[in-house]
Amino acid sequence: MPEFLKEPLEASPPPGQRADPRQLAVRCRGLRKVYDGRVEAVRGLDLEIPQGECFGLLGPNGAGKTTTIEILEGLLRPTSGEVEVLGERWGRRDHELRQRLGISLQETRLSEKLTVRETIRLFRSFYRRGLDPDATLEMVSLGSKARAQVGKLSGGQRQRLAVACALVGDPDLLFLDEPTTGLDPQSRRQLWEVIRDFGKRGRTVLLTTHYMDEAERLCNRVAIIDRGEIIALGSPAELISSLGGEHVIEFAVQSKGSSMGEPNGREAPAPGALIPAIKELRSVRAARADGSGISLTVEKPHLAIPALLEALQAHGLEIARLATRHASLEDVFVNLTGRHLRDEGNGSN
Amino acid sequence: MAQIDPSREYSPLRELIFTRLREFFREPEAIFWVYIFPVFLAVGLGVAFRSQPQQVIKVGAASGEGAERLVEIFRDQAGFQLQILPAEECRKDLARGRLDVMVEAKGKEYRYVFDPTRLENAYCRDRVNRAIQRAAGAADPVPVEDEHLSEPGTRYIDFLFPGLIGMNLMGGGLYGMGYVIVDMRVRKLLKRFLATPMRRSDFFIAMLSSRLLFLIPEMLFLLAVACLGFGVPVRGSMLAVGSIALVSALSFAGLGLLVATRARKLETISGLMNLVMLPMWLLGGIFFTTGRFPEAMQPLIQALPITATNNALRAVMLEGATLASQLHELGIMLGWGLVSYLLSFRLFRWI
Repeated sequence: MPEFLKEPLEASPPPGQRADPRQLAVRCRGLRKVYDGRVEAVRGLDLEIPQGECFGLLGPNGAGKTTTIEILEGLLRPTSGEVEVLGERWGRRDHELRQRLGISLQETRLSEKLTVRETIRLFRSFYRRGLDPDATLEMVSLGSKARAQVGKLSGGQRQRLAVACALVGDPDLLFLDEPTTGLDPQSRRQLWEVIRDFGKRGRTVLLTTHYMDEAERLCNRVAIIDRGEIIALGSPAELISSLGGEHVIEFAVQSKGSSMGEPNGREAPAPGALIPAIKELRSVRAARADGSGISLTVEKPHLAIPALLEALQAHGLEIARLATRHASLEDVFVNLTGRHLRDEGNGSN
Repeated sequence: MAQIDPSREYSPLRELIFTRLREFFREPEAIFWVYIFPVFLAVGLGVAFRSQPQQVIKVGAASGEGAERLVEIFRDQAGFQLQILPAEECRKDLARGRLDVMVEAKGKEYRYVFDPTRLENAYCRDRVNRAIQRAAGAADPVPVEDEHLSEPGTRYIDFLFPGLIGMNLMGGGLYGMGYVIVDMRVRKLLKRFLATPMRRSDFFIAMLSSRLLFLIPEMLFLLAVACLGFGVPVRGSMLAVGSIALVSALSFAGLGLLVATRARKLETISGLMNLVMLPMWLLGGIFFTTGRFPEAMQPLIQALPITATNNALRAVMLEGATLASQLHELGIMLGWGLVSYLLSFRLFRWI
């Protein structure tokens, strides 16, 4: 067979040694990817995703999410490490394996001149078994757009079509690379419904995202990934409870007597200076400066807030603003790295 | 549609081919370049280089001494147009190509000013010279007779049309494969296909088949315009014309695939396509005969696929040659095709 017709990953994996997959949809060990011999995009990643799980790779841009998922998809070759997908290694029976995978890349520009139905039919034709194209369009609420050209679709509709193209082969395992990036809230929610429905049928989903709310709402388990490494792994609830408290208090202070209009009165102390004292307060688990204010992780707000007010009083300070909310994966990430997940996220880096 | 055997219901090859056809025919620009542009070219060049019923030689003479005598000589001569101008202007017009030759009359002697490297100027100088010599009493020692040719097949438009067909075959192959594939790579569509169980061979077969399918309306259209619109003859068999077009299209599609194997940007492929096509436009005998280039360049020129295409098309269309007589040209095309495909399959990059 000519070279170009072969699968691109024609590595010769060591024969035999297939560990008992035990229903694992994805398993990788010691995954490393070095670009151009210099840039280490993925640095020793271990993952085990059981079948039926919706698993999220959560991390900031450039963390190595796309590199990781594309290695798992068999589109990139790892520099080192082992990958098993649905019990198979890449490079052996890739064609058969691809029959069972649905993949949506981070950015694919489908042909604008084709209609939605023609596009989905094209992708359907690549699979031996699969769903009815029109039924798949209905699943992603594009039934009424079947005759529209792709070029006429909105961003959210295009993204749903891309996911439909991944679903139409009725895959056992669905890979979605940043499926909702750049979409409006309504389109995002529509896509979440599609992914949830897919998961309800007992199928496995691996998605990457830099939206913490997406990971929290959609995923059974999440790996938080930063600079090519997994820095936390667990269900969203587990990760949040690892903070020691499930509540976050964000506040800023001003000197007593400053006008209300100037929350950052000239004499207000730098937030950092207060932290050692505040950390010791009742029920407070962590404290850190966040922009002009301070962010606390708290177990029981009804105990922490009176203690906080009392302490500020003693310092001759008063509250300029205060908000409490439930802790999120964002807080987990900030707690672990000191940085926000997204550049445009609340507060500064 | 009944879903008795779902595996038979969808043919990836058919879907891929239809995809290409739909993309093409829904793109007005593509239609313009393939169908309308060659006709524009034919009309434009056909008008510019139409066979003029009688070529008029523009003769310039410096005003002053001897000018009157020249007026006398050329007054009754058909085919000459004499202009009396100041000597300086005369030379300027000569340099700009507004005059073919300039005559200076001094006493009984004449002096011709012209550019000998321009073939038509040398010819004009001889015609002017003959007119002047005859006026002075020279006679032809041997009787001669002229027969004027004007039948189709010998005009510039007849020469041009097979060249335009060749140009279209080249452009179609390079654009239809090269540009289209790189565009798909840029859009990450190739990568997306790679992520499906699509067979690689289906993809390439579909690209090539759709290119060959486009060929049928293209050729029919151009030949119809040539024959019906311009009276260009097809003296050989249509089957031979079709076969040459087929082999040529396959060859250029291979070349298109080759330039597309690795390019990751549209700028790169545009540059590469120009790099390949520009020499062929110039050297390949599209607009003028390859015989104009020096002997030393001929082996290179004759080995170009475009030259082979044009030579074969002209031989069959204008001279009525058989397909069998064009084996050499067909061999050149096939050779380019074969090498291109082999290299492409080694180098092709999906991502």
